[in-house]
Amino acid sequence: MPDFRNLGSILRVLLAVNGVTLAIAFAREPRLSMLAVEWSSLTGFVEPHLFAELALLALAQPWLARASPRASIAIVTALTCALAVAFNAITPRLIGEVPGSLARHVAFALAAQFLLIGYFRLRARALSPAITEARLQALQARIRPHFLFNSITAVLSLMRSEPRRAEAALEDLADLFRVLMRDNRDLAPLADEVELCRQYLDLEQLRLGDRLEIDWNVKSMPGDALVPPLVLQPLLENAVYHGIEPLTERGLLSINIFLSRDEVHAILRNPYVATGARHQVGNNMALDNIRERLALHFDAEASLDSRITRDSWEVHIRMPYRTRKPAANGKTTTKVERPARGNDNGTHKRRQPRARPLPATAATRIEPWLKHPCAS
Amino acid sequence: MAEAPLRVLIVDDEGPARHRLRELLDDCAAVLPIAIIGEAQHGREALDILHSAPADLVLTDIHMPGMDGIELARHLLKLVHPPVVIFTTAFHQHALAAFEVNAVDYLVKPVRVQRLLAALQKVPRLKPMTIEKLTQLPAAARRFLSVTERSRVVLVPVDEVIYLKAELKYITIRTAQREYLLEESLTRLEQEFGARFVRVHRNCLVARDFIRGFERRANDDGDAHWEVLLHGIDESLPVSRRQQYIVREIGREAMNGAAA
Repeated sequence: MPDFRNLGSILRVLLAVNGVTLAIAFAREPRLSMLAVEWSSLTGFVEPHLFAELALLALAQPWLARASPRASIAIVTALTCALAVAFNAITPRLIGEVPGSLARHVAFALAAQFLLIGYFRLRARALSPAITEARLQALQARIRPHFLFNSITAVLSLMRSEPRRAEAALEDLADLFRVLMRDNRDLAPLADEVELCRQYLDLEQLRLGDRLEIDWNVKSMPGDALVPPLVLQPLLENAVYHGIEPLTERGLLSINIFLSRDEVHAILRNPYVATGARHQVGNNMALDNIRERLALHFDAEASLDSRITRDSWEVHIRMPYRTRKPAANGKTTTKVERPARGNDNGTHKRRQPRARPLPATAATRIEPWLKHPCAS
Repeated sequence: MAEAPLRVLIVDDEGPARHRLRELLDDCAAVLPIAIIGEAQHGREALDILHSAPADLVLTDIHMPGMDGIELARHLLKLVHPPVVIFTTAFHQHALAAFEVNAVDYLVKPVRVQRLLAALQKVPRLKPMTIEKLTQLPAAARRFLSVTERSRVVLVPVDEVIYLKAELKYITIRTAQREYLLEESLTRLEQEFGARFVRVHRNCLVARDFIRGFERRANDDGDAHWEVLLHGIDESLPVSRRQQYIVREIGREAMNGAAA
């Protein structure tokens, strides 16, 4: 069953049903001039039923998502039949036309419903789990080797003179690679992604010093929003590589994340340096990668736009505001199986407060480690 | 005979990387006398330092803003006593294939002290890089042309070059301020900076950005030919019969540019 609250699914249903209606109108009325009339009289019957059904399905979405596939098909079929009977009685009175036969209405509605369910199943099979997962795996963000080796050099340079800073930097590097190497197919809290970005930028600042200036504007961001992991870090990496490194003087990187009308917005801006085409290609690859991951997770509800303003390059990401259900037990939409980060030395007390109750989080985080084969 | 210390210049845009090399060179100093003559953040700064303090070896990063390591190595060849150049780089194997093929010396970052020491010990036997080797390396077009004047290397930003004209042995570089003499091949320059310059004559490349327009003029023998008019200087250059098509091509571009 598709997510009936997803704009993409709703659009697909509307387009498909109206398309089929148009085809039927065309079959019944071959004269083009009369086609509009025929179609509108048909849609007069189809549309009220369609909208009512979509509205009810959107309302029922939480229960449908929990029901077994068979049960949910039964529920939807029952709903379709009930609405067909109801609208077959009401619609003629509403639009003042002769009622069509009840059997035809039910047959048409059920045919449309099963075709659509079939379509969504095929689509779901094409997108998941094996294929989507393979695609998501392939899309996993890769860090530039150039960054790794330069960072290690920077850490080595601190070893003798500032061993404590070297330690902190190595810890950041370890955290960064832990995230890069783990399974990143499930959504994760935005606060984690932002923390990762900070660790990443700490490393870049170690390397680049004064040349990198960062303006964080994340005070009003929803830390509990679920986002695809590594949705921001690769963009920051691009921003540093294409926007800051080619400059001999200092460059400003600004990060704005906020919630607006139930959508999470992230706007990243860096100086634009006009260089050869080779650079742009690398940049577009990262953008396409993130765009595709956003589409796999959120369909039409998320977008990524980039533009060049006078002297800066700007990327704007828009995502729906989704959070983990507080009462979720066991069957959460995402899993976070990462131990709390070792930030208790006081140098990194910048994490945003979480909306989720902390003890529960701690429990879910520790659990996987208790279930280690040796312990059972 | 007491060995003269090996004079080394460190070039890297990242402070920590320079610091690390200095530490490693200090370690090597126990085995081999070394004098670090300075540190530079990019190619131009390196050339400035080398004018006042000559070096036997330049350890330079490849990827740097302003002027990258490969371009620096090309300009260093213009010095009276060009130093040996060893590149330090965080690039991975694939990008270094051209270095291997051309036997160009490099150290990968993070640099190991043993490798560095081995490289330093090799320096007295190494010859400076050759231009042939350097042009084989994957590099972007240079940002500067370099000419030697009174044993100093003078850098001429490519953006400021109005035209390049081959005359006998040399090429004249013309900027709004003055002329310089360059010893390179016009064909090579055309290949390197292809998009930036246009050939108006067998012996002349003109920067597209500096073309103001074209004018038809009569020769002494009565024939007419085109002259290209330039921004910034009060000179014009003849367009050869073979290159006449560029008059229409650039004229059309200018028209489109004005329309857009």
